[in-house]
Amino acid sequence: MAVASPRTIPARAPRRTHHREAWRRIRRHWQLYLVLLLPLVYLAIFRYWPMYGVQIAFRDYNPVDGIAGSPWVGIAHFQRFFNSYLFWDLLRNTVGISIYSLAAGFPLPIVLALAINEARRRWFKKTVQMATYAPHFISTVVMVGIILQFLDPRLGVIARIITALGGTPQNYMGQASLFQSIYVWSGVWQGMGYASIIYIAALSSIDPQLEEAAIIDGASRIQKIWYIDLPSIAPTAIILLILNVGQVMNVGFEKIYLMQNPLNLTTSEVISTYVYKVGLLRAQYSFSAAVGLFNSVIDLILLVIVNQIARRVGETSLW
Amino acid sequence: MRLGRGDRLFMIANYTFLFLIFAIVAYPLIYILSSSFSSPRAVVAGRVWLWPVEFSLAGYVAVLKNSQVGTGYWNSIIYTIVGTAINIVMTIAAAWPLSRRDLWGRGPLTGFFIFTMLFSGGLIATYLVVKDLNMIDRRTAMVIPNALSIWNMIVCRTYFQTSIPDELVEAAELDGCSDLRTIWHVVLPLSMPIIAVIGLFYAVGHWNSYFSALIYLSTADLYPLQIILRNILVLHQMDASMTMDIEDLMVREGMKDLLQYSLIVVASAPVLALYPLVQKYFVKGLLIGSLKG
Repeated sequence: MAVASPRTIPARAPRRTHHREAWRRIRRHWQLYLVLLLPLVYLAIFRYWPMYGVQIAFRDYNPVDGIAGSPWVGIAHFQRFFNSYLFWDLLRNTVGISIYSLAAGFPLPIVLALAINEARRRWFKKTVQMATYAPHFISTVVMVGIILQFLDPRLGVIARIITALGGTPQNYMGQASLFQSIYVWSGVWQGMGYASIIYIAALSSIDPQLEEAAIIDGASRIQKIWYIDLPSIAPTAIILLILNVGQVMNVGFEKIYLMQNPLNLTTSEVISTYVYKVGLLRAQYSFSAAVGLFNSVIDLILLVIVNQIARRVGETSLW
Repeated sequence: MRLGRGDRLFMIANYTFLFLIFAIVAYPLIYILSSSFSSPRAVVAGRVWLWPVEFSLAGYVAVLKNSQVGTGYWNSIIYTIVGTAINIVMTIAAAWPLSRRDLWGRGPLTGFFIFTMLFSGGLIATYLVVKDLNMIDRRTAMVIPNALSIWNMIVCRTYFQTSIPDELVEAAELDGCSDLRTIWHVVLPLSMPIIAVIGLFYAVGHWNSYFSALIYLSTADLYPLQIILRNILVLHQMDASMTMDIEDLMVREGMKDLLQYSLIVVASAPVLALYPLVQKYFVKGLLIGSLKG
């Protein structure tokens, strides 16, 4: 990702001069390194130390012996996890919720951006944008509170509408089959507007002459969208898709954990909530670290694969 | 511009679609606001649909009287202000050196930061580090472990690279300005827009987060607002004293609901009050961040 400095000494220069040049530059900017030291120390402690500590996934960690002192058990925790009856449920829920979120949450912001871009009345555009961005700023806890309020079988708006229409409202949060839809569509409700911003910006940078030429040639609005608008936001969309696919195993812990109840656990338990419950609530550090490590490794592999595919197919890639 | 028949149909369909989206997004927001200003009776009878029914401030009065909410609010303000200040210092301290092309070792150093975006030790290992540092159940756990977001650092670095002319920095150096003085007198004054953007990103993040508090805190006095909200809105653990003095059972029931609506409004108000500002800067920040470089 980082580009080598253009001012590096040519490779032919003798080694000693190279060292001296490096040393001269470091000395000249010692204050920059001093400033950089603060975040570097932070990273070392809070990001790299945990990477060292993740070896407890291969040990039977106990606080008395410490990380390096606890007995080595190899892949025993991983085997226990893969053989556990929960493994396939967790994997299915985690990947299922992610893919469902992606399938609903990825195209809709694009559609919204195209629609807003087509609207001509400025005040109308602004109003729609203002309103659709707003839910993004609501906290996860409040969002789940709102979901529970709206789906309440007694007083919720949905229940009242259904009663008014002559139906019988049910306990929607208690139905495992509905959990993923509620999770995904409330997420779309909250994030769609904000996610469209980036596409709206890409659309507004299209050269107006291109559009005029298309109209003179007799293109309809839909043809214009298809042949001009969509291709011009495609690179942005691909980058975002890569980022999202790389996150497939990383469904948001916060919202799912809040939405869980004993009745919907069969479809709502995902790897991250399981790691939290087993690891921190039941203090099985090593086992849940193994589960978490499995998750992180899959994430990393996915990100690399998707990036490779994107690089080969199109010209866009993350690195 | 003249429109053909197909195009006119398309326009109508488009406006209808946008209006539907608008209604779907705006209705719940309006409903919550209206409910929070209604009377407990109207709420429990399900008479609120769009506008407040029997206007009353009873819900807000009950929220204000709750000491938990007060403590949580205060804690959240502290965590947000202190946390954001730390975040901004850390972000600039990383972004400025890494934006300098003549920094020796810039490539590997940048890689050291980026790698943490691709791989992490995970929840448990991070928790154990925080525990080893003796930060469990202390206020520091709310602001230190998340002192830096790599993503915001990259946004900031991109801004430095594109918006602060090299000539200016070189001129400052020629005039004998040290790197620290350059940061203070040249970089910071020119970077107020980006500092506002990432400051808002971080501040909204702190205000809205409950995860750190959930895993690190166990003393109620330290809880931020979001944990209190979780107890009331999601777990429905309500302090009985909040509704105890109401005799009418029906009103007491309604009060429980009403209180939740008012609480939602009170908790979201700070962010929504900043909303026009937030919106403008967030859009800008998002766009700076999307520049590849």
